[in-house]
Amino acid sequence: MSVGKNEPRRDGPAKLTGRALYLDDVPIPGCWHGVTVRSSVPHGKIKSIRYDPGFAWDECVVVTAKDIPGKNVVALIESDQPLLADGIVRHREEAIVLIAHADRATAYEAAKRVTIEYEPLPPVFDMEKSDKTFKSFLIERGDLDAGFSAADVVVEGEYRTPSQEQAYIENNAIAAYEENGILIITGSLQCPYYVLKAMKQIFNRDESKIRVIQTVTGGGFGGKEEYPSMIAGHAALLALKAGRPVKIVYDRHEDMAATTKRHPAIVRHRTGLTKDGTLVAQDIEVVMDGGAYATLSAVVLSRGTLHAAGAYECQNVRVRSKVVMTHTPPNGAFRGFGAPQTLFAVELHWEKIADQLKIDSLTLRRRNIFKLGSTTATGQRLLESVGAEECLQRTVKKSQYVSKRKAYDRWNKNPRNPTWKGIGLSVCHHGAGFTGSGEVYLASRAGIALTRSGELIVLAASTEIGQGTNTMFAQVAADALGAPVSWFSVETPDTHKVPDSGPTVASRTCMVVGGLVSRATQELKRAFEAEYGRVPQTPADLKKAAAALCAGAPARRFEVSYEKPPEVAWDDATYRGDAYGVYSYAAIVVDLEIDKLTYEVRVRKVTTAQDIGKAINPLLAKGQIIGGSTQGLGWALLEEPIFKDGVMVNSQLTNYVIPTSLDTPPFDVILVEKPYSRGPFGAKGVGELPMDIPGPAVAAAIKHATGRLIATLPQTPERIASSLT
Amino acid sequence: MRGDAKSMTVLSPRSAAEAVKAYAQAPAALPLAGGTDLMVAWNLGQWNGRAVLDLSRVAEWRTIKASAQGVLIGSLVTHSQIQAHPVLQKRFPLLVAACATVGAAQIQNRGTIGGNIANASPAGDTFPALAVYEATVRVIGPAGQRVVPIADIFAGVKKTTLKPGELIEAIFLPFVKTPTRGVFRKVGTRAAQAISKTMFAGLIWIGKDKKVTEARLSFGSLAPTVRRLHAAESFLRGRQLDPISINAAAELMTSDVSPIDDIRSTREYRLIVSRNLLVAFLKGEVK
Repeated sequence: MSVGKNEPRRDGPAKLTGRALYLDDVPIPGCWHGVTVRSSVPHGKIKSIRYDPGFAWDECVVVTAKDIPGKNVVALIESDQPLLADGIVRHREEAIVLIAHADRATAYEAAKRVTIEYEPLPPVFDMEKSDKTFKSFLIERGDLDAGFSAADVVVEGEYRTPSQEQAYIENNAIAAYEENGILIITGSLQCPYYVLKAMKQIFNRDESKIRVIQTVTGGGFGGKEEYPSMIAGHAALLALKAGRPVKIVYDRHEDMAATTKRHPAIVRHRTGLTKDGTLVAQDIEVVMDGGAYATLSAVVLSRGTLHAAGAYECQNVRVRSKVVMTHTPPNGAFRGFGAPQTLFAVELHWEKIADQLKIDSLTLRRRNIFKLGSTTATGQRLLESVGAEECLQRTVKKSQYVSKRKAYDRWNKNPRNPTWKGIGLSVCHHGAGFTGSGEVYLASRAGIALTRSGELIVLAASTEIGQGTNTMFAQVAADALGAPVSWFSVETPDTHKVPDSGPTVASRTCMVVGGLVSRATQELKRAFEAEYGRVPQTPADLKKAAAALCAGAPARRFEVSYEKPPEVAWDDATYRGDAYGVYSYAAIVVDLEIDKLTYEVRVRKVTTAQDIGKAINPLLAKGQIIGGSTQGLGWALLEEPIFKDGVMVNSQLTNYVIPTSLDTPPFDVILVEKPYSRGPFGAKGVGELPMDIPGPAVAAAIKHATGRLIATLPQTPERIASSLT
Repeated sequence: MRGDAKSMTVLSPRSAAEAVKAYAQAPAALPLAGGTDLMVAWNLGQWNGRAVLDLSRVAEWRTIKASAQGVLIGSLVTHSQIQAHPVLQKRFPLLVAACATVGAAQIQNRGTIGGNIANASPAGDTFPALAVYEATVRVIGPAGQRVVPIADIFAGVKKTTLKPGELIEAIFLPFVKTPTRGVFRKVGTRAAQAISKTMFAGLIWIGKDKKVTEARLSFGSLAPTVRRLHAAESFLRGRQLDPISINAAAELMTSDVSPIDDIRSTREYRLIVSRNLLVAFLKGEVK
């Protein structure tokens, strides 16, 4: 068996030794460099575009909206975002003119020689003042008025979370060129088939004339879910006009200023409870800032809405949510996808409730937490794999939460101590896979190929972006066949080679696509048994079996499609039913210390138990948990994109502060494995879960340390100082 | 990456004399020491078309020399070399502590003390320590050598009083009598790779009569240039450190510093924390 073992990471050695090449290091003969001229106003009409006559424009290729052969749109849920601004700009850093030149520095110089004149229009930056709603949702369960009538206390709170930059190690980078009539797009991306679909509309091309190939990708975290379609369109326009390859590689400043970020959010809670701390009513309002175009906002809001009530059973719930337009660069996918924003509110709200009820938040959580058989706000009954309570119990025990709370209370009473100490707790659920009927619409396919010479190659469009996908696929396939993991390789995501297994998002790659790989491999296994008499046992045996099964063909492919589990039922119109096939669960305890002189926070320890169904590769799963939690700690304590006049002014890693290894505390990670019957070997999602709740646990710990509840992230020394003076 | 190497020329002097000569002939050139600041701007394309005066071959500026009067630190000495030097560790611990907070190990290995001064960032990590040690900067240029007190070397944000063609040769630290207390403290956002929000260096000498004989107090990041707290220092001289005098000294802080709101922090926070650090230092509560 390979599943459950710490198989070495397939992509590890090449990345560790620098042999793995990011796009900018990949030699592409004759490739020119593309640069982007962007808007310098947040909202305005383009009056004129002027090109400095003193510059050698004949050496360049220049593209504007009028060069687009098909639709001027980056196709996504709604087709409202132009590939290049035409006549009007709706946010700062919106692309208007593209320039390619053989020399990168000259291309940047050319961009400076373009002058764009605007007629300014009034911008809206405050999401609460926006009059344009991209999408809204309503979830209702029970009778809210009756719930509040039955309540002994009603607790209200407002919570705010900022934007966040994905800060992947490799900036966005795409190259495009035409070869034998086929438009080839290659680069750093999460979702090859999203790019393919976007190119179809921009270039009016048949899918067979477009080929998208992923290069080694230095992280994504959602930041390379939708934006690569934009850059691919730009690079392809330039390449087709230039008649040669063109690559566009953003530098850090451009990447941070122009590309998508986490949606800022405001969440308001009004919560009714009985004296003993039982939830009887939750009335929740969510507003998110979508930025200038709809992009993925509707689905980010959906996930945020579906997680807004937390991992607790309440008979009477209303969640009202909307995502609105502002004149800032569009916000988009980011690990957690709307859930960290709403979970911050519902989790930190427990501290406020605890103060009013004089019952500690651990007891309150235990009283209301999801159990096997609980019903969610959408009316979903949780019938299997519910590890919330176990995560909570094990985290509390391992972290010594209860005794440390008391010890720190004593420490904090002594004014001679140089620090305040605090320990805080949070719990959450995270739906794995696409929301509601999303997986049905995706109709993903994945497979396995057996070549005549006996190679076994996993076929999926799911990308390795640092999370361990390729290792996990090989392990799943190995055990599905009952063969050594070393027999399996994983095909590079290339739309001419692999089926559309859907986007690499939503914690779905292991649970959904891994499940497809497992099923496809079982088909291969049956074929071996039927046509060769057995599953081959040795490499020589495999070669013979391969020759038999391929029967002269170069290879044989076994592909399967997603099948909705029959017990899952969801109604998009009423937002009732099984919002997700299953949920992963997590509990986290953050133990920290605050310097009384400087209000600097040091996280001393993080303890977390996460129910992911089955850890296919425990070491990789722990890596995801520690990495995701650290990204969550960054959001909680350090990271804050600062916007001025609609543009991020700290768009460099010097002043947009992410955690370094020295800011990463020791972790105790506990893997809880409550198997899910529909996941491969019981696995559920793990990618986003760790990002969800470090924020509220940090805020709860700071409240424990200082006595002040700060309802906003990040909890910077500045905010702590303000709260105390 | 917007830097364009093709557009730049590199001058490579082999000695101090050659460096001065080369710089005089190309006064618009950018002196390159460790490059830790210059490379950031280069990456943004800000130096395209410029000449670079590469000082890496000027070996005589790479040494640390201790004498009876003090320590002479060559301008190309790195932050790592300063931390490793036994005399500096013993006699100038605040400078050693400051160098240990610069960027992270890689930056400390490349970045130089001369480069740090010439770059003249309001947040220059070594400046508060240099200010309380009353360092002098040895400068060489077309008109010969001169000595500039550290307090007079900075003219503003990213500006020095160096004249055209002048280069920093060395920094001299005169020995001081062992203080009663000395503290350096940098407040950034994270544990490493942080730019300071405020930075404090303090030295204090207290007599047998418990009265302050001398106090040297300095803050970085609270004004366009590093500041000594002259008003507080002269107020404290001859006084005992009690809650009233400490509080009065802290009140005087704002006559010498004027922090601002910027993308890294707020005026309010910088004032609160700086005051906390000053008061704790005077009380002997911070190490």
